[in-house]
Amino acid sequence: MKIWVPMDSAAKALGADEVAEAITREAASRGIDAQIIRNGTRGMIWLEPLVEIDRGDGRLAYGPVGVDDVPALLDGAMDSLGPVENIPFFARQTRLTFARCGIIDPLDLDDYQAHGGLAGLRRAIAMTREDIVQQVTDSGLRGRGGAGFPTGIKWKTVMQAEAAQKYIVCNADEGDSGTFADRMIMEGDPFTLIEGMAIAGIGVGATRGYVYLRSEYPDAIKVMNAAVRIARDRGMLGQSVLGSDHEFDMQIRVGAGAYVCGEETSLLNSLEGKRGVVRAKPPLPALEGFLGKPTVVNNVISLATVPVIFERGAEHYAGLGHNKSRGTATLQIAGNVRHGGLFEAGFGITLGEVVNDIAGGTASGRPVKAVQVGGPLGAYMPVEKFDTKMGYEEFDAEGGLIGHAGLVVFDDSADMLRMARFAMEFCAVESCGKCTPCRIGAVRGVETIDRIAAGDAAAADLLTDLCETMKDGSLCALGGFTPYPVMSALRNFPDDFATQKEAAE
Amino acid sequence: MTFSSPAPTDEDIRAIVAPMTSLEGPLLPMLHALQDEYGVIPDIAVPVLADVLNLSRAEVHGVISFYHDFRKSPAGKHILKICRAEACQSMGGEALAESTLARLGIDWHDTTQNGAVTVEPVYCLGMCACAPAAMLDDRVIARLDRARMDKLLDEAGA
Ligand SMILES: Cc1cc2nc3c(=O)[nH]c(=O)nc-3n(C[C@H](O)[C@H](O)[C@H](O)COP(=O)(O)O)c2cc1C
Ligand code: FES
Repeated sequence: MKIWVPMDSAAKALGADEVAEAITREAASRGIDAQIIRNGTRGMIWLEPLVEIDRGDGRLAYGPVGVDDVPALLDGAMDSLGPVENIPFFARQTRLTFARCGIIDPLDLDDYQAHGGLAGLRRAIAMTREDIVQQVTDSGLRGRGGAGFPTGIKWKTVMQAEAAQKYIVCNADEGDSGTFADRMIMEGDPFTLIEGMAIAGIGVGATRGYVYLRSEYPDAIKVMNAAVRIARDRGMLGQSVLGSDHEFDMQIRVGAGAYVCGEETSLLNSLEGKRGVVRAKPPLPALEGFLGKPTVVNNVISLATVPVIFERGAEHYAGLGHNKSRGTATLQIAGNVRHGGLFEAGFGITLGEVVNDIAGGTASGRPVKAVQVGGPLGAYMPVEKFDTKMGYEEFDAEGGLIGHAGLVVFDDSADMLRMARFAMEFCAVESCGKCTPCRIGAVRGVETIDRIAAGDAAAADLLTDLCETMKDGSLCALGGFTPYPVMSALRNFPDDFATQKEAAE
Repeated sequence: MTFSSPAPTDEDIRAIVAPMTSLEGPLLPMLHALQDEYGVIPDIAVPVLADVLNLSRAEVHGVISFYHDFRKSPAGKHILKICRAEACQSMGGEALAESTLARLGIDWHDTTQNGAVTVEPVYCLGMCACAPAAMLDDRVIARLDRARMDKLLDEAGA
């Protein structure tokens, strides 16, 4: 009998380790010959710890499983959810980037290969640099870290740059609230990221890579470090990648708790051992990046999607999606939702479908009030905008952004003035301090919102002006995009900004 | 996490950072190694790192003070990081944080009188689909409520 218990940190935070121990204990006392595998999560977080058991006729899911449920689980007396693939939340997805996540043992390279792993890297090794970069361009892949910049174009710039040393830097700083896709793939299928970075290295002519991983993710750090060691021992990394003429090796570097270090130039400074302040652009990191050398900086999901593009072909990937947003969106459904987790599907699904149909509305059972899409720098979308389709341009047209594709749902108890104030406060705490509109503007923003709350009607116009200044004058999107949550709260939920004043009148 | 060893010497610091000198961009890995060892960045590390890396003391100090993670003064026996970001707020995280601080009788960044727990804010732990969340040392706990938080504080001896 095979039993899978996730080692994903969300599953562990909900008791997966205790459940795994109980299963080991109970199985032994029952004389059951059970092989326990610690897998990644299947992404249905409301069902975690989600245990799967194969008694010889396929994997059946059970969840959420508590320690007290374990005897019934092993006696076959616990109701099964059926195969994971039949659970509606899962059945509706198109899993490409996350195809293996939750299925395999994350640190078993043979299991990885048995599920399509390394096929993309092998294909890339047989291609020219130009063809590798062209594949990525043809796939339509755009950066999943926030800005949505075409990945193939970035790679081409680095490929064409002449330098003795080039680098691949993976941005695993994942600081946005509402996002956990990077963490999930690093904990659940780390070789995918390593493979994607190796393909990037071969494509642009870079022999060294770094993953800049936030310190708030101790489990992901452990899994990635272990995976890199295994990949090196097995010849997937090193002087001769999979026995080819190509060299590529990589290291994991740990951040130190600064949100702004997710911004690529700040990240590069941090990686070099400096203060994580933003650099002025140009020069582009693609030309003068880590240690002044040409550098690809890509998000975890961008890089982890590369292997499947090479495995199945650029056309297959580009065949999914909507308008200029090709392939799959790895949505992270979070906050006050009944069914939260990772949902991967082609771009083009509407916000309302995601929140109401897939997530099943709020966890509290109260009406949805707002959804913040794209992290702390993303807009608060009201229910009136629920027919907005998931796509970069589509969200932009509605005054929002997709960002790293995290969705945080709020019920009607949310106070949008407080959320706007929090956005400014967060910007003030996390500003790198280099530019005035962000550093000072955010502090003024908090004060101005407090004036609105105290009943000063004129302060709303001041806030609007201040947001314009931050938007136009900030060096990076921390100060530049903080106006998104603030102004969307003010515009879409004017009542929340008027209550105090009216109460005073 | 107890750090009761005597103040480190110049040689102690050098021994810890020596294996990292050949890294590209070695300062953050060095600082993490020092903090793992001592629970803080010891004062004496500043001139030593400046010497090892050929930087000014001001530069080293500037890096240490830029990052939230690096401590100049020791924390309690355990560090409890409570998430204050949006997804946790949507699930009542703010009220939970307030009641936790009230129970402990301290503010953010403070340590309980018995030295058991230091409470720090954190902005997202990647537990946004099972909020609210907190981290006690390296262990993450999700879908917290007051009862679960109380249990956690008891375990930590707060
Ligand atoms: C304040 C700020 C924080 C950011 N945080 C992240 C992050 O945590 N992860 C990430 O991949 N990109 C982040 N970005 C975007 C990066 O600057 C950059 O666009 C991205 O790493 C490029 O990779 P991609 O093209 O694959 O998306 C952030 C940007 C800003 C302005
Ligand atoms: S917002 Fe608290 S864990 Fe993400």
